[in-house]
Amino acid sequence: MLNRASKQVSDYIPDRIADRSWSGYLRPDGRKGIRNHLLVVYTVECASFVAQEIAKDEPDTHVIGFPGCYDNDYAIRLMLALATHPNVGAVLAVGLGCEYTQPHRIAEAVRASGRPAESFFIQEHGGTRLSVAYGKDLLASLRARAQENAVKVPMTWADLTIGAECGGSDGTSGLAGNPAVGRTFDLLVDRGGSAIFEEVVEMIGLRDLMVSRAASPEAAKQLGATYDKMLNYCKAVRQYSVAPGNFAGGLTTIEEKSMGAFAKGGSRPIQGVIRVSERPPHAGLWLLDSVPDEHFMQFGYTNPNDTEGIMDLIAAGAQIVLFITGRGSVIGSAVAPLVKVTGNQRTYRNMVEDMDFDAGRVLSGELTMDEAAAELMDLIANVASGRPSKPERLGHREFFLMYKHQDVPSLEAGCRA
Amino acid sequence: MTTTQSASSAFQVHASDNVATLLGEVAAGAPVEIVGPAGRQDLTAREKIELGHKVALVAIPEGAPVVKFGIVIGMAMRRIEPGEWVHLHNCRSQLDERSGHFDVHTGEPGDNAYA
Repeated sequence: MLNRASKQVSDYIPDRIADRSWSGYLRPDGRKGIRNHLLVVYTVECASFVAQEIAKDEPDTHVIGFPGCYDNDYAIRLMLALATHPNVGAVLAVGLGCEYTQPHRIAEAVRASGRPAESFFIQEHGGTRLSVAYGKDLLASLRARAQENAVKVPMTWADLTIGAECGGSDGTSGLAGNPAVGRTFDLLVDRGGSAIFEEVVEMIGLRDLMVSRAASPEAAKQLGATYDKMLNYCKAVRQYSVAPGNFAGGLTTIEEKSMGAFAKGGSRPIQGVIRVSERPPHAGLWLLDSVPDEHFMQFGYTNPNDTEGIMDLIAAGAQIVLFITGRGSVIGSAVAPLVKVTGNQRTYRNMVEDMDFDAGRVLSGELTMDEAAAELMDLIANVASGRPSKPERLGHREFFLMYKHQDVPSLEAGCRA
Repeated sequence: MTTTQSASSAFQVHASDNVATLLGEVAAGAPVEIVGPAGRQDLTAREKIELGHKVALVAIPEGAPVVKFGIVIGMAMRRIEPGEWVHLHNCRSQLDERSGHFDVHTGEPGDNAYA
């Protein structure tokens, strides 16, 4: 298959790119960030307008939050993972005052990570206008402290965790966009970095292939179990991760889309499976399982939209996410830059202000897959060095979080080691 | 495509595939050059097929597997002739219950009521 055939030649990378380094932000937990963002977190939909207004016209400030009034362990874990992400320097948590999720608990967890954090309830500060003004004041002091705390250190490939997600896939995604990212993952992993891909719901029919890529018997067991859970879930909810845009782009079935989607995982051994908000225990290639576990409320669809998966990858610690889109997409992401890759040259031309990388040149014969991967590595290093990706330049910072249930024993103690 | 390769070429990913993916648009009656692991072969498109869509390389009988990447991506809903467009109207998923209910050109679902 595509992955296997390309294995022998995937070491191709010019020294100039292999040796790149740049300056990043050292966090107290030892991780390194490529941005020093401020994060505003709202704890219920009722506080979201005030949170957005606080962040408005603050170029370094992103907003995340949870819409539900009733709390959800999965959602709290995800917000904490993002609030203590290496790209984040300080956090302001804003609640209305009625909801279950507690802003002060979020701020405490962030302070425990060595970052400045504040929190308040809107009901205690006199409504929309006064809360926005109060929030802006807090943000200014948090910014000053985050800048004071900033420790700049050199970074290399081994300091990077990169995620891969595809969305708006078409017939070119499996031939060019995803394989180019897969080859880039090989190059990153070979240089000591970490690579994470997800979308288990787009691995339909590929159980044997997944298991054959396992780095260990334990990883093989995890991969097999993850596949079986996914297939049961898809059958139970009668939903498969394929959409009208995929069909219009030439993909006929979920089976066809799956094989193309799996190509973004490259060819290196899969070290194991992590759940949402867990971090890879060591470097290498990892699969992220975002499928809900069996639960009496059966929270969540398998794959509600692209943004959910992108945020899951960032919650796992990815400082950058590669997003492969054949049809074209106009999203970005909060917390970590999104880099858009398309295998469709027509899409690249039509949406050039949004697309970072044209992998369609592989299909037209202008580039080999190795050359495309090397060029994409160079682009990643530029973004890691501080150059905004195209979605960042356009001001995109999408975020999505809904109720879900997953059993994650490693995180159930409520703190991250 | 602004390319060094002919717009009417199609890529066969795996030697066992009975379909190939168009690397550019092809018109009805136009030749398609198939490239890939099974070597080059020539085929005539029986209808217009767009970039990223699939063309049948051989006759596929009704109920037979449609193979791409060396794996079964669906089953033929009727006999498919060589050079024919292979898509939602003649190939359906073995799992997805909604497969077979999508508009062949737009992919729009036709199995849900809005009233």
